[in-house]
Amino acid sequence: MIDYVAILMLGLVGVAMCATVVALSVLFGPRNPSRWKGTAYESGSEPFGDARIRLDVKYYMIAISFIMFDVEAVFLLPWAVVAKDYGAYGFVVAMVFVTILVVGLVYEWQKGGLEWD
Amino acid sequence: MDLVWELLIILLKIVVVVLLFAFPIGSLMTLLGDRKQSSLIQNRIGPNRARLPGINHPLVGIPHFLADGLKMIFKEDIIPRQANRFWHTLAPAISLFPAIALWAVIPFSDHYCTGTATMVDYRDVCVDGAFYNLFSISNLEAGLLYVFAISAVSVYGAAIAGWASNSKFSLLGGLRSSAQMISYEVTMGLSLAGILIIYGTLNLNEMVVVQGQLLWDWLPMWGIVVQPLAFFLFLAAMMAETKRAPFDVPEGESEIVAGYFTEFSSMKFAVIQLSEYVATVFVGSLVSTVFLGGWQVPWLYGDGFYFGNTDEPSIPLPYWLVIVLRVGSFSIKTLFILWLQFMLRWTLPRFRYDQIMTLGWKILLPLSLANLVITAFVVLVLL
Amino acid sequence: MKDNLSPLSPIDFDHMSSEDVMVLNMGPSHPAMHGTVRMVLTLDGETVVKCDAEIGYLHRGFEKQCENATWTQVFPYTDRLNYVSPLLNNFGYALAVEKLLEIEVPDRCNYVRTILGEVSRLSDHFTCVGAGALELGAMSAFLYAIEARELLWDLVEEVTGARLTVTYARVGGLKDDLTEDFPERWAAVEPRLHSTIDRLDRMMTKNRVFMDRMQGTGVISPEDAINYGFTGPVLRSTGVAYDVRKDHPYFAYDRVDFDVPVGTTGDNFDRYLVRVEEMRQSIRIINQALRDLPDGPVSVDDPRIMLPEKEAVYNTIESMIAHFKIIFEGVQVPAGEVYSFTEAGNGELGFYIVSNGTGKPWKLRVRPPCLYLMGGIDRMVEGGMVADIIPTFDTINMIGGEIDR
Repeated sequence: MIDYVAILMLGLVGVAMCATVVALSVLFGPRNPSRWKGTAYESGSEPFGDARIRLDVKYYMIAISFIMFDVEAVFLLPWAVVAKDYGAYGFVVAMVFVTILVVGLVYEWQKGGLEWD
Repeated sequence: MDLVWELLIILLKIVVVVLLFAFPIGSLMTLLGDRKQSSLIQNRIGPNRARLPGINHPLVGIPHFLADGLKMIFKEDIIPRQANRFWHTLAPAISLFPAIALWAVIPFSDHYCTGTATMVDYRDVCVDGAFYNLFSISNLEAGLLYVFAISAVSVYGAAIAGWASNSKFSLLGGLRSSAQMISYEVTMGLSLAGILIIYGTLNLNEMVVVQGQLLWDWLPMWGIVVQPLAFFLFLAAMMAETKRAPFDVPEGESEIVAGYFTEFSSMKFAVIQLSEYVATVFVGSLVSTVFLGGWQVPWLYGDGFYFGNTDEPSIPLPYWLVIVLRVGSFSIKTLFILWLQFMLRWTLPRFRYDQIMTLGWKILLPLSLANLVITAFVVLVLL
Repeated sequence: MKDNLSPLSPIDFDHMSSEDVMVLNMGPSHPAMHGTVRMVLTLDGETVVKCDAEIGYLHRGFEKQCENATWTQVFPYTDRLNYVSPLLNNFGYALAVEKLLEIEVPDRCNYVRTILGEVSRLSDHFTCVGAGALELGAMSAFLYAIEARELLWDLVEEVTGARLTVTYARVGGLKDDLTEDFPERWAAVEPRLHSTIDRLDRMMTKNRVFMDRMQGTGVISPEDAINYGFTGPVLRSTGVAYDVRKDHPYFAYDRVDFDVPVGTTGDNFDRYLVRVEEMRQSIRIINQALRDLPDGPVSVDDPRIMLPEKEAVYNTIESMIAHFKIIFEGVQVPAGEVYSFTEAGNGELGFYIVSNGTGKPWKLRVRPPCLYLMGGIDRMVEGGMVADIIPTFDTINMIGGEIDR
């Protein structure tokens, strides 16, 4: 229990540090807002519209692949910790799982899901 | 021990780890490792102008790091009009939080033995007493899972910072960094699966203890010895996670200016920068914990150096000296990995974005899977 | 002209709503757009579907300024064209006026111009290669290249008295001869240049990351390159061995032995390799020219063209008058027009001058090599990724002072 309390305390220290440093600049920094200062940076020109646009589907592809493989990694890690205890049985089961993972990877690769252009 | 005493010790540990180790090393290495060393590589002098009051000497540029931080406080904090003020303000905190929280599970030395420490079968044992966790903030059993979980949070900092600024360069930077970080997270997890099979634990301190075992009675069983491929995979993945060169496309200053923190100024900018450097130091400490034996000094156990599985140490040492050696060993390994990252930065050009993705998905991921399968097989055969 | 160009991959703009693409300003104030230029990019994700390059941010009216200056007073203006290799502009302009005057400069002058021109070309290529490395993230390579450039600029400073605004050439000759110890100083600098080039070669040419960034990006075909009017290293990288120094020799280039490196694919990597090889060739040229350097004066002996010695101006009436005439009225260039072109750092630098027989140019028009390269940049970057603009823009080596004049 005390270990989790420690993490909580560390988190609070982190938040407090962020708040302190930002508050410092708010306290000591100048504030002279102007119309041009408030525009988004776009290499010194007036921006064309804003950045709220429809995003490329490729980013979602990456996100979906990530969810697939990371969830599977999460399943593999607990097995890895106790792999020695489970011996051959555990090895075969895990290999079946990894095979499915690899098939999925190969399929996505073949389908061009990993291509970037 | 009563609760108040225990909480005080935790607070002390937090102060020591965060304020006396992570931040000073993070910012000092920024200066010495990054700026001063790069100047050595590039035949320059490097930072040498700032002076501390009363001392007419550049002090290898250390005053610069103080001046830089101080300067940031007195800069105007500009929030673009079309930005989302709430998330724009929160984003630096979201970046810094995981960088700090990650330090919770890093062991700086073995648990403190309240009795007499000695060695049995290359493992510290505590006679007439108990081990007490004094050298890591939290001795979590699922330490490594905690690291994965928290480092996943750091994606949010970059993504939110990029989106909230509502500027195109920031958006591109935010998208790039989130896509890159989640891609390499997969490799990060899978490359460690092999080493988990060997160590059989997720507790980072226990991992380091296991690395004190000797192969053939002389070779320390460090992660880099038993899992050399995983070491490189993990180092690459961690460098991509912290967006260090050559994986620094999210902030690749030449094409998308400063990436997701283009619209940040003043202390918010400093906080994002600082969180990156602290994360970089963390990479050094995590890699050295998992792969370089953490606080282990080869052949050094609770009461001295053992050359062989004997009852008495070959070179007996007092317990306090052992602790000092271990903390020192951990720090040196951390600094070494840190130095390696800086060297890479000043040597290599940066990848293009799609090349990073290709590297992550088509090379590192299959390699880490292969590493896992081979490790599992070899362990199965050997047992 | 547009019909001669190979078609770009078609972009279906009709079925692309404004939400699908991002219109992004790259420049004028952008870390990669050195030399101040603006590119309006239309992005689909990270792919560039359209690139509009906009120039003119450094326009200073060079050509109009020149019409109000005597022929000699134009030299300082030419320094500011390609400010990385000002000597080459100086010599190019001097050659044009000399062609119109129909005079031959002494042989020593030709050799000195060859030597210092190649020194300038070296500094140009070092800057380009180094800046390219910097923008790809390899800052160390940049500083090594800039260190080598410093050595070259020290040489230039020793001879001309300035590092950047040299104003060294004159119509019919040079401001001064080479300094006496120039050969020794060059001999001291040369091995360091070689070692820097080899070092850059080791750091980048076989670096996997660098190759991946450069190979296959910013490709242009030889036909397109010729149609767009590309010259210099960019044209040669496509495999067309056109070099003014070789094909239309001037100065002493027909008397020295050098190779014209050509590429095969016309991508960024080839442009980089061509530049690196040209640096080696430039060193070769300088060594040969220094070996064969003839004795004699560096300027024509004609009081109507060259200013007399100061000593003579103070002591003889003829020299006094000659000095007066050149300073106040300028060199009298016969009426006519001429187009003269030399090989500058980035390609063919042409001067088209028209004289109406007075001491000032009636019209002076520069053909800056970069202008044509920038004209074709959309063809090189469209279809690629945003990140590919960086190496492409760098290997083109656009110089703001030259392109906007």
